[in-house]
Amino acid sequence: MASFDRLIAHNKRLSILLLIGLFLLLGAIGAAIGEYAGGSWSGGVLSAVTVATVYFLISWYAGGSMIMAVSGAREISREEAPQLWNVVDEMSIAAGIPMPKVYIIEESAMNAFATGRDPKHASVAITRGLLDRLNREELQGVMAHEMSHVRNYDIRFSMLMAVMVGSIVLICDVLRRSLFYGSARRGSGSRKSSQGQAIAGIIVLLLSILAPLFAAIIQLAVSRQREYLADASAVELTRNPAGLVSALSKLSEDMQELKGASRGTQHLFIVNPELRRRFGGDSLFSTHPSLFSRIERIEGLLVSGS
Amino acid sequence: MLKAILAVAALLGAFVVYIYNTLVRRRAAVENGWSQIDVQLKRRYDLIPNLVETVKGYATHERDIFERVAALRSASMSATGASEITSLQDDLSSALRSLIAVSEGYPELKANANFLALQEELASTENKIAFARQYYNDAVKEYNIAIDVFPNNLLSRRLGFEPRPMWTAGEAAERAPVSVSWS
Repeated sequence: MASFDRLIAHNKRLSILLLIGLFLLLGAIGAAIGEYAGGSWSGGVLSAVTVATVYFLISWYAGGSMIMAVSGAREISREEAPQLWNVVDEMSIAAGIPMPKVYIIEESAMNAFATGRDPKHASVAITRGLLDRLNREELQGVMAHEMSHVRNYDIRFSMLMAVMVGSIVLICDVLRRSLFYGSARRGSGSRKSSQGQAIAGIIVLLLSILAPLFAAIIQLAVSRQREYLADASAVELTRNPAGLVSALSKLSEDMQELKGASRGTQHLFIVNPELRRRFGGDSLFSTHPSLFSRIERIEGLLVSGS
Repeated sequence: MLKAILAVAALLGAFVVYIYNTLVRRRAAVENGWSQIDVQLKRRYDLIPNLVETVKGYATHERDIFERVAALRSASMSATGASEITSLQDDLSSALRSLIAVSEGYPELKANANFLALQEELASTENKIAFARQYYNDAVKEYNIAIDVFPNNLLSRRLGFEPRPMWTAGEAAERAPVSVSWS
């Protein structure tokens, strides 16, 4: 128990660092805009900090439900899926935390994730495809993995990452596309519009650099170590490594992509929703370790336990 | 000189407060774990009559097992004392397992939606009892260590922190622990 107290403290510190970083970044952008456009850098900083504060408050209180909404998840009641409900309840008892809200994503791709700002305000989601294909023991392994993320406060850091940094990635992607196609459609014209085109071109270039940069920040910050730790904690909770191993090998057979996931939210899921990344090897830029090395490590626990 | 003494006293005071708060937190986890076990045991008591009634409707010849379950249920509900409670609960678990095993022999029962739902509820409640127990024992272990390590042990007994017993279970009922290393 003492060992995950450290993890919790670590995750809380990281969340604060993320906020400080974001405030500094937005403050600097505000100062630059204020200086060049409005004449006073302090006014720019003030409005940027106000925007950042509102942005943070929205992410803090509504981040969980925002992530559920963009993932296409729907909250369920006990009657709708009694076994899933029971398994989540069992694992929250094992972890000593309150029962989280339970969501289902109506898609045949196999995946699951947890989010929220703390264990009292947490939610877990699972796709219909995964729920249908797992037996009780495997479902327990998957939910124990998610419950470990909840208990260790991984969910707080990854939620803020997804909402605050992920939305920057999303905005950059959308702007870049609309500017790129917008300027291409207008075609050639007067001198004035070609000047506009040049500016649009620069912005497109800038956004093309920024979007992957922020995406890379997410991938680097959400260390793959977290997934190994959650797997190990899951086994500690269920005392049954076989369930999680069997669930992970079923997940490795899945050849479908989850439509509701994006570059901003992929780090939340139990396996990477993007196929290309799920089967790529372990690289610096992957959010998840390969399923093969995860299974190998759990089986290592199995051997040392007997 | 006075200032130095005051500073040392303040430091000691802060230290005592810190130790006290840590111990209170650990004790709260133990008590929370215990009440969670209690909740699950009660849920099982409520579940048993329903289950027995459903099985009775099909398996009329299994009187022995119904009586055993009923007797153990009422005995454990009125039991006092930790060792009596734990051994009765284990007996009740095994009696319920044989009740479910007996029901396997009745195909109409296995096709009954109500029975299937009750079976899932019972399986889940048994799991919840086991997990609540596991959490409780982990919390007790942490708490007992926390009151015994130096320098906490200088204060813990004087502040009224006594060690708590673990919930020991029958060997068969408990799954083998798995050692997890944190690196």
